[in-house]
Amino acid sequence: MLEVKDLHVHLETPAGLVKAVDGVSFRLEAGQTIGIVGESGSGKSVLAHSLTMLNPEPPATYPKGEILFQGENILTMDKRRLRSMRGKEIAMIFQDPMSSLNPVFKIGKQLMEAIQTHQKLSKKEAQQKAIELLTDVGIPDPERRMQSYPHQFSGGMRQRVLIAIALAARPKLLIADEPTTALDVTIQAQIIELLKSIQQKYGTAIIMITHDLGVVANLADRILVMYAGKIVESASTADIFYKTAMPYTWSLLRSIPRLDAGASERLLHIEGQPPNLIDPPQGCNFHPRCPFARDACLQEDPPLGERGSGHLAACILSQTEFEKEKKGVLLS
Amino acid sequence: MLGYTIRRCLSVVPVMFVVSIIVFLLVHLTPGNPAHIILGEDASPEAVAQLEEQLGLNDPWYIQFFDWLKQVVTGDLGTSVFSAQPVTELIFANFGPTFSLMILSLLFIMVISIPLAILIVSLRKTILDPLFTSASLLGVSIPEFWLAILLVLGLGVSIPIFPVAGYMPLAEGFGSWLYHLLLPAFVLAIVEIGIISRMLRDSMLDSVNQDYTKTARAKGVRERDVLMKHVFANALIPTTTVLSATVAGLLGGTVIIETLFTIPGIGQLLIDSIHRRDYPVIQGVVLFIAAIYVLVNLMVDLLYAFLDPRIRYDE
Repeated sequence: MLEVKDLHVHLETPAGLVKAVDGVSFRLEAGQTIGIVGESGSGKSVLAHSLTMLNPEPPATYPKGEILFQGENILTMDKRRLRSMRGKEIAMIFQDPMSSLNPVFKIGKQLMEAIQTHQKLSKKEAQQKAIELLTDVGIPDPERRMQSYPHQFSGGMRQRVLIAIALAARPKLLIADEPTTALDVTIQAQIIELLKSIQQKYGTAIIMITHDLGVVANLADRILVMYAGKIVESASTADIFYKTAMPYTWSLLRSIPRLDAGASERLLHIEGQPPNLIDPPQGCNFHPRCPFARDACLQEDPPLGERGSGHLAACILSQTEFEKEKKGVLLS
Repeated sequence: MLGYTIRRCLSVVPVMFVVSIIVFLLVHLTPGNPAHIILGEDASPEAVAQLEEQLGLNDPWYIQFFDWLKQVVTGDLGTSVFSAQPVTELIFANFGPTFSLMILSLLFIMVISIPLAILIVSLRKTILDPLFTSASLLGVSIPEFWLAILLVLGLGVSIPIFPVAGYMPLAEGFGSWLYHLLLPAFVLAIVEIGIISRMLRDSMLDSVNQDYTKTARAKGVRERDVLMKHVFANALIPTTTVLSATVAGLLGGTVIIETLFTIPGIGQLLIDSIHRRDYPVIQGVVLFIAAIYVLVNLMVDLLYAFLDPRIRYDE
């Protein structure tokens, strides 16, 4: 359904050209869920916004690549066609529910705007539809809540409203850009459950952007790990967790606190900072922070290589070499 | 909303009380004996003493103040020393032209600033935006009296399209009323157009990349509607705050403009009364202008609550 081919997105900043997305390719089938995981500044949000060209231009430019949605290239599509796809085919929810709703309009009005943008409905019908949508996403007393303003809702409830807005035209693809980052942990779980139930009910494909592997673990079919504007590992969720093939993914997993960890197991953190994307390091982007880095990593930027069926990783080490190295690090 | 309105209305009372003290003291702390000034240098001491008695100038200032305040509250601003007419009558006789001038100016400001700001924001990536920024600065910096003289010379004398001065009441016909007011109202508006359109542009640009506009664009809403509905509704809130300052600017501006165009308004009355040392009239006019300003502020605050639901429900 969606195929991204060698996508490059640049940001022209006063400090220089930032290659925020640097040659990303992936596919998404109808009804599938993929998680895109990475640190702040890895380019995952810019990638998510690119899919419907929602990055502010300037500074964003799209110098190279294709985004094919049902065969049409979104990057070269005319403005009118692009607009008619937004919300209708591809909908999006954002990181901060506190600021993503217009503070001066009632919830009902904002929801009905989403409905009426793509469907010719009378005000009454749109109202009815809006109430159904609010019920769908678990807002109690929807008729009355239609008359409320955003500041009268909690963060979790606002994110539910935003999900209702995104679902207004029954999109085929829902892009969720860190939808739980700004919420409490218990609310996070509720929102994840809501997204899951929506997917089961309507078969919507979901792209879930997050920095938290735990969030996508029980939601995504596939996980893409992004680092410095590139995909460094791409595999089924099980393979990412149990057959990790890229040192960065491994470091991310090792930095999640676990309740079942042995007393002797130390929680790792990743040394250093994410690279400066205006002037990225020579060779592999991750080598300055990689516990397994060797001289060759300074010279060579390894492409994504096959590590099993549907499992890609960008590392100079083969899977057997990597397994051996991991043991070495854990023992020391 | 009702609570907010009542509270806001009640807050006018102490403000007006303080304003009246200041107005009173302003006149009474000015050096010189009013009776002496009114009667002239060679008035006999008896006449001065008589006028002092008549004006109540021999009482302590606070007694004078409360006597005056008592009158003011009952709607009596005293009598003009110069023309022996009641001050309220004078104010109402002169208010028509001033009011006409202000309304027409406000109309100019709205009709020009709002579309201008929207246009500039929708063309914000072009050369037009920096051009507008400089032009608005120029608009703010132009002295009113200078522009007025220039326009009169250009459009009144060299190419005589507009009258050089004068005023026709609305009762004499809408056409001639408008014809006489166009130039002065435009001069009065130009500074405020610079301020308001700049303010509106800035607030709209602030709001144009907010998260909620991203939500609107992601819904598939047209860019034009994103600007006109979502961005504009939010940008109006800070702009409204400036509106009360605008009205103050207009009130001050009318004093100059009315003098330049010989329009018989409040400003003229004030200037004339100052020349004649007609204290009751000066006091009355200043108090009246202050009251209008306070009322406009009140209306702007109520409008503010109407525009921003976060204020309306904040109780």
